[in-house]
Amino acid sequence: MLKPMFRYANPAQFMRLSGALLPWVSLLALIALVTGLVLGFHVPPDYQQGMTVVIMFVHVPAAIVAESAYAAIALASLFSLVWRHPLADTAARAAAPLGAMFTALGLITGSLWGRPMWGAYWVWDARLTSFLLLLFLYLGYIALWNAIEDETRAARAAAILALVGAVNLPIIKFSVDWWNTLHQGESILSGQIAPVFLWPLLIMALGYMLLFAALWMIRIRTEIVNRRARSLMQRGADAAG
Amino acid sequence: MTGFFAMGGYGAFIWPAYGISLLGLLAMAWQSWAAWRAAKKRLDALEKGEP
Repeated sequence: MLKPMFRYANPAQFMRLSGALLPWVSLLALIALVTGLVLGFHVPPDYQQGMTVVIMFVHVPAAIVAESAYAAIALASLFSLVWRHPLADTAARAAAPLGAMFTALGLITGSLWGRPMWGAYWVWDARLTSFLLLLFLYLGYIALWNAIEDETRAARAAAILALVGAVNLPIIKFSVDWWNTLHQGESILSGQIAPVFLWPLLIMALGYMLLFAALWMIRIRTEIVNRRARSLMQRGADAAG
Repeated sequence: MTGFFAMGGYGAFIWPAYGISLLGLLAMAWQSWAAWRAAKKRLDALEKGEP
């Protein structure tokens, strides 16, 4: 089952496949984001949240992508550690700055919602604190990559950090059930959102996911090209020397 | 139009949330794209320089 996956994870294959997919994924991301925005600004005020409900359309998708990106990094790290696949490291590293940005956006938009609704930009409750920890995990992961000169060793250290940090994902997810938090519980899958709010939310989430996918592919492609350039320069230096 | 921008009195929170989100996404997209262009340019130059 893993063999065909590895075939597509080969750098040359990845360049071909991602090159063909990129324009379409980008276009779909743009369509979803514009549609989500138009729908999002046409919703009626929520009976509890008033118009602040429209902040949800940028807050929830950012948070979903932030967590999914970390899950992707952890999975790629597992592949890197167990099967030593070189593209897995590249993929994990390329996703980290994107994940950090989505996490920051989730935190900022959440606090801009919290101020009018809870009366505070920030509270140290379980959901918010575990989500802040996610941002620190991303930053630590990026810093670790940059701190170790030898790329193989950096990759291994970063992969271990990513896997250990993955324990935070279920904590974020279930924090609203395990502790008394100010943050509301899960409401999308349990069908507690009226369709007029659910549609813009889902379409924006799709747009955020597709945008992440497009930028992730671009960043992996960049790293593959950079590697090729580095090995060419190395060859040039060897020939000259 | 003032009604739309006031957002039921919450405009001061809603517009910054959207503004920062847009800025963050655009910055990320621009940076990723610029890095790709630079990497591609460098590789093309190196490959042309090869005998």
